[in-house]
Amino acid sequence: MSTTDGSVPDSTPDSVPDGGPDRTPDGGTPGGGAVLRKDAPSAPGEPVLTVGPAPAGDGYLSVRDLRIHFDTDDGLVKSVDGLSFDLPRGRTLGIVGESGSGKSVTSLGIMGLHRTARARISGEVWLDGEELVSAHPDHVRRLRGRKMAMIFQDPLSAMHPYYTVGAQIVEAYRVHHKVSRKAATDRAVEMLDRVGIPEPKKRFRDYPHQFSGGMRQRAMIAMALVNNPELLIADEPTTALDVTVQAQILDLIRDLQKEFGSAVIMITHDLGVVAEVADDLLVMYAGRAVERGTAETLFTAPRHPYTWGLLGSMPRLDRERLDRLNPVKGTPPSLINVPSGCAFHPRCPYAALTGGAAETDVPELREVGPGHLAACHLADDESVRIWTEEIEPKL
Amino acid sequence: MIAAIILVLVVSAVTFAIFFLVPKIGGQSTTQLATQYVGKDANPESIAAVKKNLGLDLPLYEQYWHFIKAIVMGANYKFGPDAAQCHRPCFGYSFKSHVEVWPQIKDRIPVTFSLAIGAAVIWVISGVVIGVISALKRGTIFDRLSMGVALAGVSLPIFFTGMVLLGLFSYKWTVWDNVQYHSFTSDPGQWAWNLVLPWISLAFLYSALYARLTRAGMLETMGEDYIRTARAKGLPERVVVGKHALRAALTPIVTIFGMDFGLLIGGAIITERVFSFQGVGAYAVQGVRDNDLPIVLGVTMVAATFIVLCNLVVDLLYAAIDPRVRYS
Amino acid sequence: MNSRKATAALALAMAMALGASACSSDSKDDKGGNKPSSGSSKAAKGTDAALTSIVNASDKKGGTVVMENSDVPDSLDPGNTYYGWVQNFSRLYARTLLTFKPAAGKDGLTVVPDLATGLGKASADAKTWTYTIRSGLKYDDGTPITTKDIKYAIERSNFAPEALSNGPTYFKSYLEGGDKYQGPYKDKNPNGIASIETPNDTTIVFHLAKPFADFDYLATFSQTAPVPQAKDDGAGYVKHIVSSGPYKFASYTEGAGATLVRNPQWSKANDPVRTALPDRYQIKFKVDAVTIDNNLLAGNTTVDSGGTGVTPQTQAKVTGPKYKSSTDDSYAGATAYMAINPKVKPFDNIECRKAVEYAIDKVSVQTAIGGSVKGDVATTLLPPTVNGYAKFDEFPTEGNKGDKAKAKDALTKCGHPNGFSVNMTARSDRPAEMAQATAVQNSLKQVGINASIKSYPAGKYFSNFAGVPSYVHEHQLGLMMTAWGADWPTGYGFLDQIVDGSAIKPSGGNNLQELNDPAINKALSDAISNTDAAARTKAWGDIDKMVVDTATVVPLIYRKNLLYRPDNATNVTVTQAYLGMYDYLLLSSSK
Repeated sequence: MSTTDGSVPDSTPDSVPDGGPDRTPDGGTPGGGAVLRKDAPSAPGEPVLTVGPAPAGDGYLSVRDLRIHFDTDDGLVKSVDGLSFDLPRGRTLGIVGESGSGKSVTSLGIMGLHRTARARISGEVWLDGEELVSAHPDHVRRLRGRKMAMIFQDPLSAMHPYYTVGAQIVEAYRVHHKVSRKAATDRAVEMLDRVGIPEPKKRFRDYPHQFSGGMRQRAMIAMALVNNPELLIADEPTTALDVTVQAQILDLIRDLQKEFGSAVIMITHDLGVVAEVADDLLVMYAGRAVERGTAETLFTAPRHPYTWGLLGSMPRLDRERLDRLNPVKGTPPSLINVPSGCAFHPRCPYAALTGGAAETDVPELREVGPGHLAACHLADDESVRIWTEEIEPKL
Repeated sequence: MIAAIILVLVVSAVTFAIFFLVPKIGGQSTTQLATQYVGKDANPESIAAVKKNLGLDLPLYEQYWHFIKAIVMGANYKFGPDAAQCHRPCFGYSFKSHVEVWPQIKDRIPVTFSLAIGAAVIWVISGVVIGVISALKRGTIFDRLSMGVALAGVSLPIFFTGMVLLGLFSYKWTVWDNVQYHSFTSDPGQWAWNLVLPWISLAFLYSALYARLTRAGMLETMGEDYIRTARAKGLPERVVVGKHALRAALTPIVTIFGMDFGLLIGGAIITERVFSFQGVGAYAVQGVRDNDLPIVLGVTMVAATFIVLCNLVVDLLYAAIDPRVRYS
Repeated sequence: MNSRKATAALALAMAMALGASACSSDSKDDKGGNKPSSGSSKAAKGTDAALTSIVNASDKKGGTVVMENSDVPDSLDPGNTYYGWVQNFSRLYARTLLTFKPAAGKDGLTVVPDLATGLGKASADAKTWTYTIRSGLKYDDGTPITTKDIKYAIERSNFAPEALSNGPTYFKSYLEGGDKYQGPYKDKNPNGIASIETPNDTTIVFHLAKPFADFDYLATFSQTAPVPQAKDDGAGYVKHIVSSGPYKFASYTEGAGATLVRNPQWSKANDPVRTALPDRYQIKFKVDAVTIDNNLLAGNTTVDSGGTGVTPQTQAKVTGPKYKSSTDDSYAGATAYMAINPKVKPFDNIECRKAVEYAIDKVSVQTAIGGSVKGDVATTLLPPTVNGYAKFDEFPTEGNKGDKAKAKDALTKCGHPNGFSVNMTARSDRPAEMAQATAVQNSLKQVGINASIKSYPAGKYFSNFAGVPSYVHEHQLGLMMTAWGADWPTGYGFLDQIVDGSAIKPSGGNNLQELNDPAINKALSDAISNTDAAARTKAWGDIDKMVVDTATVVPLIYRKNLLYRPDNATNVTVTQAYLGMYDYLLLSSSK
């Protein structure tokens, strides 16, 4: 996948080698001792396996018991409350949930973009052997856009209206590579070409508002990928686009992921989106993971009633739905006063079947199948029965 | 451009109408008007002569026509042994002193402009810097203190600030004794030195205003998606603020600045009064007080022209700053 | 939120404190008037010293006199001004036939020759006046000054209202054929008006239509300052005035100010009046009145050229012990009075007018305008510094505090025992006059006369309202506040424009009480024909009394101005000839 890097001096500001997909962790103190963490429970560079019920141990990205709380005038908002997962290179993780479930907060937390004094972040985020939560902000800043990049929901508001698309891509490149403007321009044009923008040299000089929605998102992707990041987070990348363009963008992300071998997190409230691209799925509710597993497992044998609801809201083109299944009744919970027990219980049609446990006990994420975890009080056989008898036929 | 000319014309017509028609409703005759321009000794012959010479005996529309014609073509007036040529743009002669209005305004524009330009530099720089720091350090002591001072600055009238500065630095310590305008071309040092106090008192009000505006604009901009994008790219915070946020936050400031500056050129009336500068504003006040129509009209039209021009510049600037304006 | 408010309040308080300290100016160095000045200073010091003597007398040459004015002059052109201070000031660059002696006290009222070699030689009937001017006089461009230029100056200043309308027109009124001559701009006859003869370059003869014994006073008017016809362009002349005095214009900016520097063509040997000590004069217009006061106190400015005294804010400060010895409380040569219009009912009845005369508590009026510093209670129209003043009181009341009994008595006689309602006018933008009106209103209410105050802007007071008889009658304006200062300091110069029947005009007149009493008119014209100065002087007092006896005017206050002289001002003395301001020919500066 080598790019024009042949002409690019390999001297990034913090002299971290421009890692390719085959690069191995180099002991955690790259290029001369950036301080990573002071109170690491284990040696830096060792992927953490000990904490949390992670299904696979050697994720390129490992999130451990991540908590992101915000102090507000109304009280403590627990946007993310004890989230753990791993993501290896080359895999795509879909994080699914309603708005307010904490999926976007998680992604920004990984990127280190919660900058306000009111954000309280604990837990660990390991990226390629480095812990980021406790790392110096400026170090995390140097990783941003280079090792991990992000695509946002609305490319129109996410790109600066006063600068040309090309200038914004060039800027993204030059902040991490000390190269001439000319070299950066070539690189940007190349990236525009790569993401399928016709006449890239010409469009380079255009402003975001001159692009169509789909083209703009392509440009946004080009900007995110300009530094060959090993982790790409796409936060609702297709929500603002119309259906046909959605498909193109998803294809593009999938193609690029294959080509670059990056780890991808795809955040969406729409299971339909991740159905096409995700290898693994993580369903979030009220800041916690309620179900996790491979995409196939979650589509064919989901175990959490919330997941069932999400599946119900998924538009199906292949067949007529028998009777309209109202996806999830009720409104998302308050993150200040999270419902007791299972946060989902006020909306769960099957809460009565748990013998009151749903209202009192917070369900643990437990293994319900190989590589399949769910946080639900329903007995396994009960839940399998409901799925096969009541839910699946109606989808 | 045409719209601008029409606007200025309308402004002049309205001024003209107000000047003549409103007192007329109060029962003032043109003879009485003329009497005001004769000194203490108002004998009928003098009044008649003045009335005729000022054209006050003509119908209103004719007077207005003469006024507009003089601006475009120039005019001849007779206030002495020989007719004098008033070159275009001729805004006529002062009813009271018979002195040509346009050269008067022209002489005074540098005074007001000097006041405005220096003050503008101070208030834009200080206002924007304080506003940006305040926004970035929102809720800190600096923010609270500077916004408190800014509130005071917005509330304190210029004449108060000006009098305090004069009281301290001109009367008490005589650092600046006898503040007066010196032209830039004759002595730039004296020019700047004498303008320091007026600049500060004028800029104090505006920088307070601009600090608050900038702070609000920055707070809004810092919450924009593209700022998050800029950070996600790994840009250092100073680039995020200085390049991405500031440029967007300054756009509304540019608009307001254009208006403020245009208005100031039309006369920084209070500042000119406090520091006894003979600027456009002081001239306007004199015209109003003496019921001196040509002065009032002249200043109004020049001020309107400046405001229109400033708005034109703002529009161009706006297009330069915001490509969305340019291409739509 | 609260802390934010507190911060703002704190900032405000700090600013206030700064402002207050700036105003109190409590520096330790003694700026009192007791320090010896440079040069040969005499003993005269202290409060009101300049009323009777020359303060900080000095014969040292040099320095700059800095003058400031809160307004603009009507014109600095000596042929286009009516302002007293310009008459005083213009003598620096425009010499006249005669002028007032630059001297302290009563001496200042003496008319002395300036360009002329002596006072006017009058014919027995006071209708022909002859003056001879000095030889060898030159303008600042070196050209000689001739009597033709004086004639021309009078022509342009009196007969060309289309261009120069500000000045008085006494010459026009008194010169033979003055009513017909169209002025030098319209009438292109090179001989000009026939009634001014210039048989040679140093002689000038005036032929008057009627006897006029005060003519020497007219000869002090700035209108007699020579203007070379070749340099005159009417209204534009003010921009390049040709100097005949010791100073000439180095710069002049319309509406902003001027700088005067020495005129090398002027010779002290040929000028018996001027000492010309300063090197420069700087005058600034449109300076904020309070700023002028502060500049005076700080010594930045030599004098407020308007000569009307300090502002009320500053008055409180300078009457304190620190500055008091540097102040002069001078008579302004003007009387504030209230006109009673007999054409407005019920003032057609003299008893109703008398009721007003008796009812008014003049002490309360004095208090209302700021106390004795601002003026003394008046019982005559002529103020004490005008030639011809005679003391009398035709409607005496105990302590000038009004007499309700006498007023009630008069009301009964006029058929309104319970009083009546009436309108009273005052100028809205003159705070002192409004205060007077309110005080008078209170006095009248005590006896049942309800006066409602109508206020009008000063700029239109005479042209549109109080000075328009038809308006006065229509709107029943029975009582009208006004004030008057003499055009020249004699009884005639004071009274002619306000009590003579001919001073009633359809618009812009000053005879507000519409007094047209044949006896008074005749007494005025008789007296002005009388060449016996002593008899004339006595007549003014008598006429004043006749006027007051008609009960159409209520003299209220002899106005006074509280002047402040900074330490660096030298040769300071009040001139009675120019409305009680400092004499600008004498005034010099040690700075």
